[in-house]
Amino acid sequence: MARIAGIDLPKNKRGVIGLTYIYGIGSSRASKILMDANIDLDKKVAEWNDDELTTIRNIISSSFKTEGELRSEVQLNIKRLMDIGCYRGTRHRKGLPVRGQSTKNNSRTRKGKRKTVANKKKVTK
Amino acid sequence: MARSLKKGPFIDWKLDNKVSQMNESKKKAVIKTWSRKSMIAPEFVGHTFAVHNGNKFIPVYCTENMVGHKLGEFAPTRTFKGHSSK
Repeated sequence: MARIAGIDLPKNKRGVIGLTYIYGIGSSRASKILMDANIDLDKKVAEWNDDELTTIRNIISSSFKTEGELRSEVQLNIKRLMDIGCYRGTRHRKGLPVRGQSTKNNSRTRKGKRKTVANKKKVTK
Repeated sequence: MARSLKKGPFIDWKLDNKVSQMNESKKKAVIKTWSRKSMIAPEFVGHTFAVHNGNKFIPVYCTENMVGHKLGEFAPTRTFKGHSSK
């Protein structure tokens, strides 16, 4: 059982891949962590022994913000934007794209599922 | 692309002069400005700016949290009140 930062890592994946299941750790950080801990990157998660696990845990907790802590930091940053009432904050409030993308079509990731308007005139040409 | 750090933040020199004058004389007055592109410097905190949005001047009171943003971010240029209900 490899449990790091409150997350169960998948047993039969390579170490670098397994670590990316933690929020806040991507592939580059994962390989850096394993390099610092002197563990072979290709070693499976299940093959780590207790010493290796504790060193990985120590490296992560000492140098990176992960999971809940990181999520709350991101939320606080967004909240700050909304509180000062700047353009980016209002975009967050309205659930529209924040970085100047076009909203005439698409941008469904931010806007969510299409809301069909009844009796909307079709554009005829 | 982000602005080069070498240059430092952009602040309209006229606006900067006005603020430093007001800071020296400890006066508080609304500063009318068209310079939406000026960054809010730490010295601006506590002052109120009337930022032009192309039509009107929007009063913007600068707080600590706003430092590093541009004045224009607080004076929206577009009005959208929702689609007509018809």
